[in-house]
Amino acid sequence: MTKSDLIAKVAEHIPGSRKRDAEVIVNTIFDRMVEALAQGDRIEIRGFGSFHLRQRDSRIGRDPKTGAKVEVASKKVPFFKAGKELRQRVDGIEEDPSSTPSAPSTPETPSGDFGSSE
Amino acid sequence: MTKADLVNAIYERVGFSKKESARIVELVFEIIKETLEEGEKIKISGFGNFVIRDKRARIGRNPQTNEEITISARRVLTFKPSQVLRNALKDV
Repeated sequence: MTKSDLIAKVAEHIPGSRKRDAEVIVNTIFDRMVEALAQGDRIEIRGFGSFHLRQRDSRIGRDPKTGAKVEVASKKVPFFKAGKELRQRVDGIEEDPSSTPSAPSTPETPSGDFGSSE
Repeated sequence: MTKADLVNAIYERVGFSKKESARIVELVFEIIKETLEEGEKIKISGFGNFVIRDKRARIGRNPQTNEEITISARRVLTFKPSQVLRNALKDV
């Protein structure tokens, strides 16, 4: 599924007059996440997972063409850790309601409850 | 940053009510989760790819007790950041 597929899927769930907002919605979500990471902030999406930056120290690498040693600068690299719910769903494990006592009371599939259904 | 910040961003930029914005954010992540659950990958240009990988069973070791244990075969989710994202974050 690509971003445009995701946008189309989101549009199916919002009323006709606002379908065109689907693109802005999806872009806003990912833009904000990139901004947060760019500020060095960590992201935590309950039920999905978290993103944080890891430090990679500088190291001596090699130019694959010439074999010459080159210094690779230190950098930050984004990391994602899937949340427990998603990890279990991906692995085909049924969610155990007793293990998530503080689970938010969100429906499994959010219904298209935005006024009119089309 | 949490989901609440994303809800606010939708509320401010797209003009849905707070309640609708919260539902929409929930909806977007639920669609992503359902797709991944079906084993299909998610490709977000400029951000990265969420990919499902099948791992074979392997022998692991409890680092505290040194006891060998079999780690069962499983399906895991990995995130591969796009080059654009990596470049944007390398000097943070």
